[in-house]
Amino acid sequence: MGERKISRVTVEVTVNGRRQSAELEPRVTLADFLRVELGLTGTHLGCEHGVCGACTVLLDGRAVRSCIMLAVQATGHEVTTIEALANEGELHPLQQAFVDKHGLQCGFCTPGFIMAAAELLERDPDPSEQALLETLGGQVCRCTGYEAIIESVRDAAEKLRQRGVGPLGLLAAALEKKAAPSGNGGGE
Amino acid sequence: MKPPAFEYAAPASVAEAVALLDERGFDAKVLAGGQSLMALLNMRLARPELLVDIARVPGLDSIEISGGCLGVGAMVRQRSLEFFPGLADSHPLLLAGLRHVAHPQNRNQGTVCGSLAHADPAAELPALAVAAGAELVIEGPDGKRSESAEDFFITYLTTTLEPAELLVEARFPLLPEGSGWSVQEVTRRHGDFALAGAVVTMRIADARVADPHVVAFGVGAVPLRCTAAEQALAGAEPGPAAWKEAGALVSEAVEDPLDDVHASASQRRSVAGVMASRAMEEAAARA
Repeated sequence: MGERKISRVTVEVTVNGRRQSAELEPRVTLADFLRVELGLTGTHLGCEHGVCGACTVLLDGRAVRSCIMLAVQATGHEVTTIEALANEGELHPLQQAFVDKHGLQCGFCTPGFIMAAAELLERDPDPSEQALLETLGGQVCRCTGYEAIIESVRDAAEKLRQRGVGPLGLLAAALEKKAAPSGNGGGE
Repeated sequence: MKPPAFEYAAPASVAEAVALLDERGFDAKVLAGGQSLMALLNMRLARPELLVDIARVPGLDSIEISGGCLGVGAMVRQRSLEFFPGLADSHPLLLAGLRHVAHPQNRNQGTVCGSLAHADPAAELPALAVAAGAELVIEGPDGKRSESAEDFFITYLTTTLEPAELLVEARFPLLPEGSGWSVQEVTRRHGDFALAGAVVTMRIADARVADPHVVAFGVGAVPLRCTAAEQALAGAEPGPAAWKEAGALVSEAVEDPLDDVHASASQRRSVAGVMASRAMEEAAARA
């Protein structure tokens, strides 16, 4: 194929509430940027062509496949990954529901399922069976079968409704708290 | 890294994008939502030298109803159109079709025009464009031109777009008053590409079928407009006999369908006819 010029681009993106900036080859996918550059390895890579959904993250609150998106495409946008969900050791209601309802076995697909479910529940706190299946149908699990996963998302939806908050609303509040200056320097 | 090395440009205007495409010809590729292109790059089936990302071009993300058409700009995400206020009333056919396009997680990023320009014959949007009689607005070094969706698709993954041309807008005529519509398909999983499918629109006037449009997809190199079926339907009395006859004509019109592990050629041919018949029945019920 002959030699190719290696070019660089500047990627400027907010990830889990933090501004990030990097000089990268344009071919670096958002998934590789998150995993390799930022060390956020909770975003998993399965098929790497947009089918399995393991790499699903939120871009401005919308679930997208980070394996078929370039990091540079995310410039100027907000990315939310699974790492943003737990708040000071306390699991997010979506994560807790997957524990309570046995929605995971090996756990490889779980971050993708949870991020896809987060978009759905933020948009619709009480989704219909069809909406639930259409969203989760875009994610692949090879261990548990899907019943327990569907049950987990239903359970999370119910708990969130009881608290009167959306999955991302909860997140925004936690991120604000983390970002606020405090006396005991909480670090990450 | 999965994709091959390429250069990247994010032009700020259509003119700038077209100039880049003109300069680099076949070595450049347009990046919109990337839901097809990025998979091809990750598998190294495509090796462009330059990606021209049109996401930073202002104005390409507009959806507007004007002149009896729903205009969809080049950067309109499939999901944005799906959530466009009032789409269920203004263009229910598009809404019904969009729900079959991949998964929400892909539609959030994938664009309507990108799917048309990619021209996968098993995809829903090209078939919807042909059935709706969409006009495609294309900008190139010599200015703008417009082409009907029916003329736009040449063969697998190939359209009349020249290397220096950009599809800037797809204009979907609104369905005539009293139209019924339907999209039917068979897939392995919801959201997969269709093994075979059909899009039908029609009106019922004086208890007869009027203005029928029948398009099959997933069964050839381009969306298949079935004129024989349309002619049989026009003026026919709505009912199972008419749907069966016209559906059989759809199967007959399918020439050389894909034959692979997912479905044999004869199965695809047969399913296309059944899907078309079902789509006719549903469209008539809605008309």
